[in-house]
Amino acid sequence: MKDAVDTPETRSAGLKGMGCARKRVEDVRFTQGKGNYVDDIQLDGMLFGDFVRSPYAHARVISINAEAALALPGVVAVLTAADLAPLGLHWMPTLAGDKQMVLADGKVLFQGQEVAYVIAEDRYIAADAVELVEVEYEELPVVVDPFKALEPDAPILREDIAGNMEGAHGPRRHDNHIFTWEQGDKDATEAVLAEADVVAEEMIYYHRTHPCPLETCGCVASMDKVTGKLTLWGTFQAPHAVRTVAALISGIAEHNIRVISPDIGGGFGNKVGVYPGYVCSIVGSIVTGKPVKWIEDRMENLMSTAFARDYWMRGKIAATKEGKITGLWCHTTADHGGFDACADPTKFPAGFMNICTGSYDIPVAYLAVDGVYTNKAPGGVAYRCSFRVTEAAYFIERMIEVLAIKLNMDAAELRRINFIRADQFPYQSALGWEYDSGDYHTAWDKALKAVDYAGLRAEQAQRIEDFKAGKTRKLMGIGLTHFTEIVGAGPVKNCDILGLGMFDSCEIRIHPTGSAIARLGTISQGQGHATTFAQIIASEIGIPADDITLEEGDTDTAPYGLGTYGSRSTPVAGAATAMAARKIRAKAQMIAAYLLEVHDDDVEFDIDRFVVKGAPERFKTMKEIAFAAYNQAIPGLEPGLEAVSYYDPPNMTYPFGAYICVADVDVDTGEVGIRSFYALDDCGTRINPMIIEGQVHGGLTEALAIALGQEIAYDDMGNVKTGTLMDFFLPTAWETPNYTTDHTVTPSPHHPIGAKGVGESPNVGGVPAFSNAVHDAFRPFGLTQSHMPHDHWRVWQTANKLGLHG
Amino acid sequence: MIPAGFEYHRPTDVASAIEILKTHGDEARVVAGGHSLIPMMKLRMADLAHLIDLQDIEGLKGIEIGAETVSIGAMVTQHELITHAGLSEALPIIREAALQIADPQVRYLGTVGGNVANGDPGNDMPGLMQCLDATYVIEGAEGSRTVSARDFYQSAYFTAREDDEILTRIEIPRLPAGTGYAYEKQKRKIGDYATAACGALVTMQGGTCTAASVAMTNLSDTPVWSEEAGAALVGTSCGPDAVAAAVAASLAAINPTQDNRGPVEFKRHVAGVIIRRAIEGAVARA
Repeated sequence: MKDAVDTPETRSAGLKGMGCARKRVEDVRFTQGKGNYVDDIQLDGMLFGDFVRSPYAHARVISINAEAALALPGVVAVLTAADLAPLGLHWMPTLAGDKQMVLADGKVLFQGQEVAYVIAEDRYIAADAVELVEVEYEELPVVVDPFKALEPDAPILREDIAGNMEGAHGPRRHDNHIFTWEQGDKDATEAVLAEADVVAEEMIYYHRTHPCPLETCGCVASMDKVTGKLTLWGTFQAPHAVRTVAALISGIAEHNIRVISPDIGGGFGNKVGVYPGYVCSIVGSIVTGKPVKWIEDRMENLMSTAFARDYWMRGKIAATKEGKITGLWCHTTADHGGFDACADPTKFPAGFMNICTGSYDIPVAYLAVDGVYTNKAPGGVAYRCSFRVTEAAYFIERMIEVLAIKLNMDAAELRRINFIRADQFPYQSALGWEYDSGDYHTAWDKALKAVDYAGLRAEQAQRIEDFKAGKTRKLMGIGLTHFTEIVGAGPVKNCDILGLGMFDSCEIRIHPTGSAIARLGTISQGQGHATTFAQIIASEIGIPADDITLEEGDTDTAPYGLGTYGSRSTPVAGAATAMAARKIRAKAQMIAAYLLEVHDDDVEFDIDRFVVKGAPERFKTMKEIAFAAYNQAIPGLEPGLEAVSYYDPPNMTYPFGAYICVADVDVDTGEVGIRSFYALDDCGTRINPMIIEGQVHGGLTEALAIALGQEIAYDDMGNVKTGTLMDFFLPTAWETPNYTTDHTVTPSPHHPIGAKGVGESPNVGGVPAFSNAVHDAFRPFGLTQSHMPHDHWRVWQTANKLGLHG
Repeated sequence: MIPAGFEYHRPTDVASAIEILKTHGDEARVVAGGHSLIPMMKLRMADLAHLIDLQDIEGLKGIEIGAETVSIGAMVTQHELITHAGLSEALPIIREAALQIADPQVRYLGTVGGNVANGDPGNDMPGLMQCLDATYVIEGAEGSRTVSARDFYQSAYFTAREDDEILTRIEIPRLPAGTGYAYEKQKRKIGDYATAACGALVTMQGGTCTAASVAMTNLSDTPVWSEEAGAALVGTSCGPDAVAAAVAASLAAINPTQDNRGPVEFKRHVAGVIIRRAIEGAVARA
C-alpha cells in the first residue's frame, strides 16, 4: 500500500476528480445498445394500454361505446371516466394546484386528450381496439387565442370550476382566467416610465414548442395483490415525488409503492409531470391483476404531454438618453392550455419569470403574468431551462435590442453600461432575487474580443453596402446575448412542489476495500450523473472515480429527493454529495489519527490519504482507512464508513454567459445560415469540462431548433399542425452548426464546491442569440421585432414587409 | 402508430406479384422501400389486407448503362443511384438529386421505383424523370407497356399505372455531349419534402443552346415539366434575358398550395430563385 514514489500530481490524476475530462461511464452501455429503458422491461403476463384520444379541441362527449372493442379477442378492459369515478381517479391534481381529467369527464378540452384507455394482451391488439371504440362528440366553439379567451363572451372552457373566482394562486377575473401573479413595484415603475428620457415598448412572443425527447413518455405498473405492493417503472424525472403523489392520489401507502426510473432517453422537462397514462396503467394493473405497460408514440408525445413556452410578453423599458436603464415593465399573457399543469414551485405560478431583469442593474421593475385557459394541451414545462427562465431571458435580451434601436446605440455597448458590476454582488434585484455572484464585464469583454466584434460590425457594414448595390442577396446578422439564469431550486423556505420541499440528497457507502457506492435523489436522463457525481466524491475523499458506483432512480434504495430538472442536480444534489463526502472524510480523519497514533488535529487530508502534519512519510490511504473502518475495533467509533446528506440550499445559483452568433440571412429564400457561434459559459466550478462542452452543444442545438423552426402550431379549430417530425423541427447533424465554447469561472459563494449548473444555460442563452442574429440582419432596414420561429417563410415575410423584394 | 393487421407476401418474380395483385384487387398494394406506404399504414390512413414486398424479385434490380439508354430497375435504391460509378458518369444529375433526398438511412431503403410510382408530388424523382424524358416500363397480367414520365402523373397519388400493374424499370435516354445539369432544392430540414425543387438540363453547342429541359417538384399536385421553359432557352446563348424568360415560363406552369412550409406567394418567390439557380447551374456546367 505504500506508494511513496507517486507524486501528488499522479495521485491526483489517478482519482479522475473534479476538473478531469473523464469519459462518460454511461456511454459504454448506451453506445452498445445495452441501455435499459422502460420499454425494454418485460414481465410475465404483461398487458398493454393504449388511449382513445379526442380528434376535437373542444367538444362534449355524448357517449362512449366500447362493445366492439371488448368483443375483440385479446382485449381485457376498456376504462372510461365512469370506471375511474368510483375510485376518485377520473381527475387528478396537477403540479400547479389545478386538477386535470385523467379520462374525458363529459367533455374534452384539447385535441389528443385522453378519452378511454384500452387494455389488451399485446400492443397490436390494443391499437386495433382503440379504432373500435365508438365515441360520439358534440363539437363546441374552440378558443386557441389566449387574448380572445379573456373576452367577455368567450366560451367557458372549464365548466367544472365555472363561477369559482378563487383559484390556486388567488382571484380569477374570468372563467378562462387562471391567475394573476405580480412582482415588483408597479407604481414606482410606472412613475419612472412616465418621466423617462426614452421608453421602448414591444410585444415579445415566445411561441409554443415541445421538449420532444428521443424517448417518449411511458410506464409499467405492476400491482402485486399478494404483497399489496405496487411497482411503477417509468420515464420519471422526479421518481420520489411521483411515489408521494401516487400515494396521495391512490390511497396506497407510500411504503407499498416502489417507483423506478430506469435509463431515460432525454427528458428536458417533458418527464416531470404526472400524466393520465401513469394513472390509467396503475388502475389497469389493479383491475386486471397483471402488469400493464403504456408507451406513447411520437404523435401522442407532441400532442398531449407537456408543451413548453407560449408566453406573450409585452414590455416597456425606460432609459436615459445615454442608455442607462431606469426601469422595466412586463405584462405576460401565459397560454396554459386546457388545464394548468405547469411544473413550477408552488409559490411561483409563472416560475422564475421574475429573473427578467436579466444581467442588468435595473433599479425598479414590475412584472404581471396572467395565466389563461385555451383549447390546447396542458403543460408549460421548463424545456431545458429552469422554470420560465428561458422566457425571461428571451424577453430581456429582446428588449435590450429594442432599446438599442430606439437609442440608435450599439447593443453590445448598451449591455456593457447596464451590467451589474462585479462589486455589486450579492445583488438584490428589483424583482426580488439575490444574485449570488457574477462578473459580467469580464465575460463580455472576453467574448467581444474572441469574435473580433469590431471587425464583425465592419464586415456587416460592408455587406449592407453590397446588398444595396445589388451585389448580394444575403444580409449578415450579429446576435448578442448576455444571460443570467436562476437554477438549483431551491431553498425549502420558498420552494416546494405540491408541498414537497425542494432539497436533494446523497448517500455514500465506502466498501471495506476502498471502493464505494453513492445513491442520489436525482435521476440522469443523459446528463452523465454517474460520471460527474463520482468525480465530486473522488476529489472530496480521495477514492478514484472509477471505483465508485452511482445509482439513482429506485425509490426503495435511493434517498428521497426532488429529481432532475431546472439545472438542480449539481446545485442541490451535487452539494449534498459533497456534504455527505465531507462527513465521511471527517470520520476517516478520526480513524487515520487512531491508526497513526496521533491526535485528530495532527493529521490532514492530502489528495487520497491523511498524513501526519510535518511528517509526510507517515500516512494512511483512504483504502487503508476504509478497511480499518470495518475490520478494526476503534474506541469511540461505530464500525462502517458511510454517510447521507440532505441538502437544503441557502440560495439559488446564478450561472451566466455571453453568446455571440453570426448568421447569413438569404432575403429571397428566407434561409438562415449560422456561420459561427461563440458561447462563453460561467457555471462556477467546472466538474467535467468535456460533459460541460457536450451539454453546451446539445443545449445550443435545441435553442437553434426553437429559434429557427420548432413549434407546436394550432389552426383555428385547435388541430395540431406540427404533430409529427415531418413538421416539428428536430435538428440533425446536418442542420447543426459548429460551436466555439469558452468559459470564465466565478464560483458560487454558497455552494460547497462552487458549482452552479450548466445543462440549461445554452438553451436559455442560445434562443435569444440566434433570434437576435436574425433581427440584427434586418435592423438597418427598419425591423424592430418579428416573432419566432424564424423559419424560411417567416424570414421571407419579414424581408417582404421591409420592401427587400423590390 | 401501429398498422392494422395484414398478410405479408414476398414473391420472387414479377408474374407472381401481379398474380397476387389480381387476386386481391384494391385490398393489395406492393411495397418497395416502404417510406411512403408504411407510415400511411401506421397512421391507419392506408388500410390494406395484403402487402406485397418486392425486395426478393431479382428482375427489378440493377442498373444498365447502354450506348443510347440507361435502364434502372424499380427496386434500385437511392443509395445505389448515388454510388453507381457508371450512372454518375452517364447521368450525373441523378446522383445530384438523390443526394438531396432525406438522409442516408432513408436512401439505403428508398427505391427509385417507389419514388416515381407513388405519385407523391413531394417526391424528387418524378420531376427529375420528366426532366430527363424517362420512360416507365409497366407490367401487368396482359404484358408490358411503356408510359412517358411526362404523361404518367395525373394528380396527387393518381398515375397512369393501374392497380394491378407494377412499374418495373425506368429507361432514360443518354444525353448529348455538352449537356450541363443541376438539381436545386430548398427544404426546411433533412427529411423534409421540397419547399421548391427544380431539375434543369441545358445542351450548348458553339455557344448556343440546342436543347433544354426544366422540371419542378412539389410546386403543384404533380411534377411539372415546362416545355415553354426549355423553348425559351433553345436558340439563345442562355444569357440573363433568356434565363429570365425560362424562369417566367416555369412559374407560369406551377400551382403551389399553402402548407406548413409557407403561403403561396412565398413558395412562388422561392420557386423563382430555385428555378433560376438550377438553370444557371446547368448552363455553367454545359
